[in-house]
Amino acid sequence: MYLARVIGTVVATQKDESLRGVKLLVIQPLDSFQNNMGAPVVAADTIGAGYGELVFCAKSKEGAMPLRDPNAPVDAGIIGIVDSIHNEIKGR
Amino acid sequence: MIFSRVVGNLVATQKNKNLKGAKLMLLQPLDTKGANAGEQFIAVDAVGAGIGDIVLAIAEGGSARQAYKAQNPLTPIDTVIAGIVDVIDTEDGVIRLFD
Repeated sequence: MYLARVIGTVVATQKDESLRGVKLLVIQPLDSFQNNMGAPVVAADTIGAGYGELVFCAKSKEGAMPLRDPNAPVDAGIIGIVDSIHNEIKGR
Repeated sequence: MIFSRVVGNLVATQKNKNLKGAKLMLLQPLDTKGANAGEQFIAVDAVGAGIGDIVLAIAEGGSARQAYKAQNPLTPIDTVIAGIVDVIDTEDGVIRLFD
């Protein structure tokens, strides 16, 4: 699992049948000091995350598991909204 | 499986219902000399590890879910702490964590 920030939304009318009704958000993956890590990706949301929120995500097949169709073609899924992080290693 | 040190934890009230009660830890991957190697990641704890412990983490979906013994097979976990390391003995030397 990795941290990410929600940076936008995606609207797609023509998409795979199993993605109907699924909320798609653009997320920027972060390292644990909340610095950007790699390029933004599109993730499926089932917990009601919003723009600007710090979330944590599951990769690949696990990302689709909270969806109505767990076999939906999704490779990142938002699975929780972060309240707080405690890190013994100080930030960079 | 990868060596990591538990360096922190994460609190999330709003999360997938299958993760209720799961202990979310922040892990720092290590090399065989015990030095930090790579980016930190989040894992669910299945063995009762604490901050400062060196642990074995499984970072592969299917095996991770199996190690966590989740009741619902659709629990969205892709990394899990599956063991607490006592000794690492490689050609780089021996790291002994509990005497």
